[in-house]
Amino acid sequence: MISVSPEIWSAITLTLQLATLTTVILLLIGTPIAWWLARSKTWWKEAIGTLVALPLVLPPTVLGFYLLLALGPDGPGGWFAGLWGARTLAFTFEGLVIGSVIYSLPFVVQPIRNSFEAIGERPLEAAATLRASPWRTFTSIALPLARPGFLTGAVLGFAHTIGEFGVVLMIGGNIPGETKVLSVAIFDFVETLRWQEANLIAAGMVFFAFGVILTTTLIEKRWRRSGL
Amino acid sequence: MSKPTTSPLPVTSTAIQLALAGQIGNFSLDLEINAPGYGITALFGPSGCGKTTILRCIAGLERLRGTCRVGVETWQDDNNFLPPHKRAIGYVFQEASLFPHMSVRANLLYAIRGKEPTSHEGGVGYDETITLLGLAPLLARSTANLSGGERQRVAIGRALLSQPKLLLMDEPLSALDLDSREEITPFLEALHANMKIPILYVTHDMSEVERLADHVVLMDKGRVVAAGSLEQIQGNISLPLARKRKATIALEARASGHDAEYGLLTVEIDGGHMQVPSQPMPNGTPVRLRIRAADVSIAIGKPAISSILNILPAKILEAEDLGHTERIMVLGVGIKGDGAQLLARITRRSWDKLSLKVGDNIHAQIKSAALAFGR
Repeated sequence: MISVSPEIWSAITLTLQLATLTTVILLLIGTPIAWWLARSKTWWKEAIGTLVALPLVLPPTVLGFYLLLALGPDGPGGWFAGLWGARTLAFTFEGLVIGSVIYSLPFVVQPIRNSFEAIGERPLEAAATLRASPWRTFTSIALPLARPGFLTGAVLGFAHTIGEFGVVLMIGGNIPGETKVLSVAIFDFVETLRWQEANLIAAGMVFFAFGVILTTTLIEKRWRRSGL
Repeated sequence: MSKPTTSPLPVTSTAIQLALAGQIGNFSLDLEINAPGYGITALFGPSGCGKTTILRCIAGLERLRGTCRVGVETWQDDNNFLPPHKRAIGYVFQEASLFPHMSVRANLLYAIRGKEPTSHEGGVGYDETITLLGLAPLLARSTANLSGGERQRVAIGRALLSQPKLLLMDEPLSALDLDSREEITPFLEALHANMKIPILYVTHDMSEVERLADHVVLMDKGRVVAAGSLEQIQGNISLPLARKRKATIALEARASGHDAEYGLLTVEIDGGHMQVPSQPMPNGTPVRLRIRAADVSIAIGKPAISSILNILPAKILEAEDLGHTERIMVLGVGIKGDGAQLLARITRRSWDKLSLKVGDNIHAQIKSAALAFGR
């Protein structure tokens, strides 16, 4: 039996921090994007939709490469880092959060958008005829009715952030406690022939993934039965 | 098509003035509607003639060029367009459109943000609405397992509780099966009798118009063909309604006695009285009679011996051929013909045999008359 070393613990906490923060940010910026994509009638919204979906098909290295340029000292990220005296966002936790948000965006936006679209016009119109302002209609009707989409989006965003590897390696590198997340740690352990530790993390992630998907499915099933 | 009949509808401070123009689908809509500030005004016409679009424009859910005034408020003109949530309307959609994530009670209270009002001044009270629509047993239930009729009743209650100045109903019965319709119609009649606000009621079903409407706007392909009181529209023989095989006239009447032995209710109509099969009702109860043109025949002089219960002296006011063999006429009850108006359809042969002409005094034999409803 192998004990979980402080090195692994640090990777676990870092990963959870990154995934949680990324998911929260994704829900905050993904919801208005998804709402706009679901409701807008302009033809060019699909161009924005495609832009959001790009990380689904781009090799993580391509995304990582451009992010590296953007976050580096000569990019907007470097300028931004200059606000608090740093030189670059590349190879920092903050940079990793930005990269993760962009990389996981489609996994959050798509399910929420689908859920918003599935509501249809009618409940929103009914709310408007009952004197609900657009904001109240959104919070009291659209958000609760799109619950399944938010669940799926949050879970996918969280899990996908945990599972990301290529982008992390490109923009974050392998700095313990700063950018060394679990997926990179496995790679590192394998490189250095520490198979047992690699095995421990890998197996843990398999169980985690299994648990997450099963729980999500069961919650969704229950919501459906209760009329949602 | 005959030229539009423009009859002056009584205008009150809450009258509805609407003028709309625009393209919808493959035809253009161009109309003016003035509806009174009380009672049920039916927008009647074939499917796809623009009735629903009109309601949606009044609600602000759709926008065409034009103006929309309700009472003293202007909801739309050339410069202004009030968004839907700022218009004091209640909207009952074809499908109930209840919020699936809320209980019946939460749906009902949505418009008043969850607070149970005791009674609203001049508005619709909570308890009153619950009683009127029989909602008490449904309150705690989820919307998922309500029947179609129950859902629509909740939707009507929800619309009423939003304290509308105008209730818009878009074919509220058409998505329901026959049983649900039968179940909900008495509630609509109760609504009709108790509501102080005007109701615009869209339908393509004439029997709903006969049971519920006070005023009718006859529509076809985005245009108003005629508008007026139910009697005016039904009794206008130049309009298609009176020329149909099932042409019927609805008469407002009041109960004035009951013959328990034969189960017959005596009712007063303008210029006479009639007997119709019915349960007893308190004297003075307003009722509505339906008399089909085909059930009214003509006799000269009062027939001494007849099985027909209701024989009224009347005067022929108008007559027109209906094709080659029949003739439709408008009769005014009373010697002077100034009472309630009836439609009668007879063969041209009978017309000639009796040498009838407009202005003649005759007796109208009404073979059957039924209560459309008692209220």
